[in-house]
Amino acid sequence: MVHPALLVAPIAAPLLAALLAIAFPRGAVAAALSAVGVALVASLVLVVEVARTGTGAALAIGGWPPPLGIALEADGLSAMFLLAASTIGLGVLVVAQGPFGWTGRETRKGYSFWPLALCLLAALNAIFLSRDFFNFYVGLELLSLSAVALVALDGKREAIEAALRYLMFALVGSLLYLLGAALLYAQYGTLDIGLIAASAETNGPTLVAAGLMTAGLAAKTALFPLHAWLPSAHTGAPAVASAMLSALVPKASFFILVRVWFDALPGQAGPGLTLVLGTMGAVAIVYGSILALLQERLKLIIAYSTVAQLGYLFLVFPLAGGDSTAQPWFAGAWTGGMVHAVSHGLAKAAMFLCAGAMMAAAGGDKLSDVRGIVAKMPLATFAFALAAVTLMGLPPSGGFLAKYLMLTAAFASGAWVWGAVVLAGGLLAALYLYRPLASLFAPADPDRTFTSVPLRTELVPLALALVAVLLGVASQFPYDILQVGRSVAAEAGLE
Amino acid sequence: MTGGVLPILIVLAALVPALISFALPERHARLRSIVNLSGAVLKLGLVAYLLLAVADGAAPEARLSLAPGLDLLLRVDALALLFVTLSGVLWLITTIYAIAYLGDSPNLSRFFGFFGLCVAATTGIAFSGTLITFFVFYEMLTLSTWPLVVHKQNEKSFAAGRRYLAYALPASAVLLIAIIWLESATGPVEFATGTDLSVLGETSLQMIFWLFIAGLGVKAALFPLHGWLPAAMAAPAPVSALLHAVAVVKAGAFGIIRIIYDVFGIATVSALGLATPLAILASFTILYGSVRALEQSEIKKRLAFSTVSQVSYIILGAALAGPIAAIGGLAHLVHQGLMKIALFFCAGIYAERAGIETVEALDGIGPRMPWTSVAFTLGAMGMIGIPPMAGFVSKFYLGVGAVQTGANWVVVVLATSSLLNAAYFLPLVYRIWFLPAPEDRAAPADGFERPLGLIVPAVIAAGAALAVGLMAGSPLSPLGWATLIVERDYLP
Repeated sequence: MVHPALLVAPIAAPLLAALLAIAFPRGAVAAALSAVGVALVASLVLVVEVARTGTGAALAIGGWPPPLGIALEADGLSAMFLLAASTIGLGVLVVAQGPFGWTGRETRKGYSFWPLALCLLAALNAIFLSRDFFNFYVGLELLSLSAVALVALDGKREAIEAALRYLMFALVGSLLYLLGAALLYAQYGTLDIGLIAASAETNGPTLVAAGLMTAGLAAKTALFPLHAWLPSAHTGAPAVASAMLSALVPKASFFILVRVWFDALPGQAGPGLTLVLGTMGAVAIVYGSILALLQERLKLIIAYSTVAQLGYLFLVFPLAGGDSTAQPWFAGAWTGGMVHAVSHGLAKAAMFLCAGAMMAAAGGDKLSDVRGIVAKMPLATFAFALAAVTLMGLPPSGGFLAKYLMLTAAFASGAWVWGAVVLAGGLLAALYLYRPLASLFAPADPDRTFTSVPLRTELVPLALALVAVLLGVASQFPYDILQVGRSVAAEAGLE
Repeated sequence: MTGGVLPILIVLAALVPALISFALPERHARLRSIVNLSGAVLKLGLVAYLLLAVADGAAPEARLSLAPGLDLLLRVDALALLFVTLSGVLWLITTIYAIAYLGDSPNLSRFFGFFGLCVAATTGIAFSGTLITFFVFYEMLTLSTWPLVVHKQNEKSFAAGRRYLAYALPASAVLLIAIIWLESATGPVEFATGTDLSVLGETSLQMIFWLFIAGLGVKAALFPLHGWLPAAMAAPAPVSALLHAVAVVKAGAFGIIRIIYDVFGIATVSALGLATPLAILASFTILYGSVRALEQSEIKKRLAFSTVSQVSYIILGAALAGPIAAIGGLAHLVHQGLMKIALFFCAGIYAERAGIETVEALDGIGPRMPWTSVAFTLGAMGMIGIPPMAGFVSKFYLGVGAVQTGANWVVVVLATSSLLNAAYFLPLVYRIWFLPAPEDRAAPADGFERPLGLIVPAVIAAGAALAVGLMAGSPLSPLGWATLIVERDYLP
C-alpha cells in the first residue's frame, strides 16, 4: 500500500504553490520549483512502488469510495505520465526563471506566468490520477484555461488572436465532452470508469456519448482536422509555454481518450471507430509533416511537427492487439503508443526550449536568423539534434522503440497501410528536420554576433533530450511499469 | 570467466574517447590526441585477448532487454572478431594519420568526437547478436558519419552530405521494413540461435531477402545504390580512408554476410534461388566499378570507384554459397581494408604535400616521395591481385571457390576485373616511377615526406597488406581466421 501523500502531492503541491505565487510574487520561483520538485519526487517514488508491488495505488478521499466519493488512482500508465509531466514541468520552470523570474519589481507577465504554469501542471496531474469522467472534466477545464492564458501572455494582438482561437476549440471540445459524460451518467448512473466498464453494454446512447467525448477530446489533442489552433497558438506564446503546450497539454486529452476506449468501453469500439481515429492520425502524420516542411520559422516547424507526431498516438486504436500472437512481449502496439507519448513529450519540450534559447540569442527564429548558431551554442544545437533523432524514430531512442513496437503489430496483423504511414512519417520527419539542422550547423557569417544566454537554457533541453534517448535503451523498466493495471483490451485489441 | 564485459569494454574504448573529445575545449589538442590514441591502443589490447579466447571456443555475450524478448545483445564470435580486429588496427593508424593530417585546423573536438562514435558504431555492428542490435548500431553509424562528411562545411561537402543522407535514410527505412516484416512473423531474430523461417512463404522470404540487400547494399555501395560514395570524397582524407576501408562500406558488406549466413543460412539462400542473382549483381558491380574507375582522372575518385568494385568481392564470396569462396570473401574483407586504407593515406599525402590530385600530376613523383610511392605501389599491386600481395590470396580463393560450386563464369568475371584493375592502377604506378617530373614542381620548405604521422601509417598499412599475403598460411592471418570461421560456423 503506497502512502496516500504520494497520490495527493502531485496535485496539491502545485496548487498550493500557485496560491503562494499569487500572494507573494517575490517567492514565486522558489515556491514553483519546490512544488514541482515535490511532485517529481512523489511521482518517482510512485513509479518505483508501482514497479515493485506490481499493482496500482488507489486513495478514496475522505474514506468515501466511488460512486459516493472521489478516488485518486494510479496504475502504471498514470505513474509514467505523472513522472514525464513532472520531469518536463520542472525543466520548463527552471528555464522560465530567465524570462519570468523576479527582477526587483512586479511585471504583468512575471506575475501571471507562475500561477498559470502551476495550475496547468496541477490540472495535468489531476487528470493522470483520476478514474472518473467528471474529475477528468474538471481537470480539462483547468488545463485549457491556464493554457489559453499562457498563449495570450505576451499581450500582442497576434497572441490574443491565437489565444481566442484556441479558446474556441477548447470550449467546444469541453462542451462536447461534457455532453457525452452527461449521457453516460444518464445511462449508467455513474461516471466512475471501473463501474461503467463493469456494466457497459452496446447501445445507441452509449455510442453517441462516447462519440461526443471522442470528438471533444480529439479537438483538444489537436487531431487533424481539428488541429488548427495548435500552430498559431505557438507563434505568439513564449517558448517555455510552447514547450508545455506541445509536450504535455495534448497528452492529457489523449490520456482520457485511452481511458474511454481501453478502460471504460473496450467492447464498444467497433472497427468503424478504430478506422476513423487511425485514418485521422495517419492523415495528421502526413499533413503535419508536409506543412512542417514548408515553414521558415523554427517554432512553426516544431509546432507542425507536433501535429504530425500526435497522429502516431491515434494509430494505437487500430493497431492495439495486432501482435498478440506472434511476439514474446505483451500489448506491444499499445505500449509503443504510450512510450511514444512520453518520448515525444520529452523531445518536443527539449526542442521548444532550444528554440527559445536560440531565439533569445539570435533575436528571431527564422531559419536565416539562427544560421550557424552551433558555434555559439553547441550544447543547445546538440540537444536539438538529439531530440530530432527521437522524433525521426531513429535508434537508440524512445521514439524508435515506439515505432518498432507499432510496426511489428502492423505487419503481424497485415495492416500494411498503417505500417507504411509510420515508416513514411519517419522519413518525412527526417526531411523537415534536416532544414533546421543544416541551418544550425552551417558555418556562421563572420560578422554575425549572437547574444549570450544563460547556460541553464542549454543544459535543460540537453537533459530532456538525453532522457528521451535513454528511454530507448533502458526501456525494459518503463515497459514493465506500463503493463501494471493495463486493460485487457490493450493486449487483445479493441472491438 | 564469462567475459561478457569484454565486448562492452571494447565498444566503450571507442565511445568514451569520443565523448571526452566532444567535451574537451578546442585548444587541448595534445590531451585529445592522447585520449584517442589510448582508446585505440586499449581496444587493440582487448581485441588481442579476445582473439585468443575465441580461438579456444569462448563466446562471451552481454544482454540488455528493451522489451520482453527483445534484447540488445553484444556477442563475440569469430566473424565479429574478424571485423573488430580490422577496425581496431585501422582506427589506431587512422587516428595517428588524422592527428598529423588535420594539424591545428578548426573544429577538431567535433571531428574526433564523431570519428570515435563512428568506430564505436562499427564495433557495435560487428558484435551485434540480434537484428535489432545490428539496426541500432547501423543507424548510429549513419548519423555519426554525416558530420564527418560535411566536416569542411563548404557547399561541396554539404551537397555530399545531403546525397549521403538521401541514400542512407531511405535505405534505413527499407532495412527496417525487412527486419520488421521478418520479425513480425518469427519474433525477434538472434543470430546465434537461428530462426525458424518456415512460418513465412517462399515469396515473402525472397522479398524480405531483397529488401535486406537493398537496405544494406547502399552502405556496401552495391550497384545501383553506390552513387553517394564517390560524392563523399568531399570529406577530409582520413575520413575517406576510414569510410572506404572499414566503417561504412564494410558495415554494409558485413551485414549482408550476417543475413546470408546467420539469418537465412546458406542452404535456404540457395534453395530460394537467391544466391545466383546476388552473385550476378555483385559481379556486375565489380565490373561496373572498375570501368567507372578507368574513366576518372582524379585520384580520389578513381579510388572511390575502385572501392565500389572491390567491396563486391566480399558479397560475391558470400553469395557463391561454397566454403572456399566464403573464405575468400571474408579474407577480402580484411585485405581490401588494409590495401584501400594505404592507398587513401597515400592519396591524401600526395594531395596535401605535393598538391597532386589528378593522375597526370603524378609524373615522376616516385623518387621525390619514395616511402609514399612504395606504399601506394604496394596497395595498387594488391588491388590488381599480383602475388604475393593480399589481394591475390583472396581472388585466388574466390576463383577456386567459384569453380568448386560450379559457377565457372565467375572466373571470367575475376579475370576481367583483374585486367581492368591493372588498366586503371598500372598507369599510375608507371607515371609515379617512370615518367619525368614536371619542371615547376615546388617542394614544401620542410620536404615532401613530412610529417612522420602521415608517412608511417601509410607504410604500416601497405606493409600489413603485404604481410597478410605472405603469411596467409598462418592460422592467425586473416585467411587463417576466415578458414576458422567457415569451418566452425558455416560448414553444413
